[in-house]
Amino acid sequence: MANTGWDEFEIGAMLRTFDGEAGDIASTLQEDRNYTQNSSFSASVADWRLEKPVFNKDYCIDCQFCWVYCPDISIISRDKKMIGIDMDHCKGCGICVEVCPTNPKSLLMFPEQADEETEIAGWPAKEDKEK
Amino acid sequence: MAFDKLELNDIEVWDGNHAAAQALRQAQVDVVSAYPITPSTAIVEGYAKFKSDNLVEGEFVMVESEHAAMSGCIGAAAAGGRVATATASQGLALMAETLYQASGMRLPIILNIVNRALAAPLNVNCDHSDMYMVRDSGWIQFDAFSPQEAYDLNLIAFRVSEDHSVRLPAVVNQDGFLTSHTAQGIHTLTDDAAFNFVGEYKPMNDMLDFEHPVTHGVQTEEDWHFEHKARQHSDTMNIVPGKIDEVFAAFEELSGRKYNQVETYNMEDAEVAVVCMGSSVETAREVAGEMRAKGIKAGVVGLRVVRPFPFMKIAEILKDVKAVAALDRSAPGGAAGMLFNEIAGSLFNTDSKMLLSGYIYGLGGRDLTKKHLVDLYTELQANADAGKLLTQQQQFIGVRGPKLAFL
Repeated sequence: MANTGWDEFEIGAMLRTFDGEAGDIASTLQEDRNYTQNSSFSASVADWRLEKPVFNKDYCIDCQFCWVYCPDISIISRDKKMIGIDMDHCKGCGICVEVCPTNPKSLLMFPEQADEETEIAGWPAKEDKEK
Repeated sequence: MAFDKLELNDIEVWDGNHAAAQALRQAQVDVVSAYPITPSTAIVEGYAKFKSDNLVEGEFVMVESEHAAMSGCIGAAAAGGRVATATASQGLALMAETLYQASGMRLPIILNIVNRALAAPLNVNCDHSDMYMVRDSGWIQFDAFSPQEAYDLNLIAFRVSEDHSVRLPAVVNQDGFLTSHTAQGIHTLTDDAAFNFVGEYKPMNDMLDFEHPVTHGVQTEEDWHFEHKARQHSDTMNIVPGKIDEVFAAFEELSGRKYNQVETYNMEDAEVAVVCMGSSVETAREVAGEMRAKGIKAGVVGLRVVRPFPFMKIAEILKDVKAVAALDRSAPGGAAGMLFNEIAGSLFNTDSKMLLSGYIYGLGGRDLTKKHLVDLYTELQANADAGKLLTQQQQFIGVRGPKLAFL
């Protein structure tokens, strides 16, 4: 793709999302879809991110708030269970952390280079709510 | 949803704007997205009237500006519809950004430009400065010299533009007021004959094909932009001219009216010739005939296809002519006129010893009279007899005040 010449692509400033027909796309999971190399799903934009969210499933109540609010469809949820984060497309905006209702939060932002296991081991404790 | 057909007389009295509107109706355009501007308004107004009278099955989208008008056309064309609109002058200037989007996205849209001067000073009358402004925008450009040709070229433009080997938008130019508001007898095609000539619209990469989702108008940077533009230029240069000739031939078979990328009158043995566009071509033809009676072998070349510029055809037609005048109806802005430059480029690396001079005329609707052309042919003949240019290379015709000459 990157090295093809001017005569080797389809005309128009146009890119296809899928190889072949889309088919029953609504009930096909992203990982099972036949995305082309040109689809934004095939491209990693992880290097846009300065901070990353880390998910700690010990506190998650599967409320799906993060899934609803994520502007980049980067919260991976299956059968209404939070599984993790699509780190190829997450831009590190922090909205998932902001909307997480648990105490302590199940998602927290850390520097991009932080080690996930270390951060989970040192996860903050439950905060006492002031009465 | 059914719509009614019109029973047309074999000859109808239409002006250029109404002729273009009738062609849009007969082509069964799906979407006209438009903003009114003198002198083009009657084209899109005409389509709107046909729609309200149930004579077309389409959408008329009234938008807030010409920029939005062409943007609407681009969206409708990407969605998979047959699309057309009209504008002029300042409206075209506001559209300019989106014209490049349309051609780069390879969307077949038909734009009627009813040629009008660009302000300032504000002026609603004819010159070709709007046509010239967008000549590098990647659109195919046809030029109609009369209302009949505005009708015919609209039908021809759809068929060329929408061909899957072409997929480039096309402009049909006609002179503001001189053509757009001048009524003449138009030889019509029946609704069925016209539509069959244009053909059913065949979508390509349309957004309404939900089984094959596409993203239109993508971004490419230094890694891909050049290849896209190279492909577009290659198709414009290598595919479009042949397709235009093919469609011209099919139209002649249907209507008996023959079009050429470069129209010629009395050029077989011409020693002096005028190259021009728009309604001036008919005036020049008349004068050339009269010059023949005076013993001057005068000819006229009318440019039917402005883009892609018929470089080789112009070179072939003009190679043996002794003196040629390029008539540019646009303020040259610090250069020779466009026709002067293109003709000079066509002949430069050939054996032609043609004497080429450029004339700026008719700005803001100033008349080009027969007297002007008689004087012009006389001047060309003097150049031809002397074997050299007796004037400077660029002159102004019909402007008051001391004589202007440059270069």
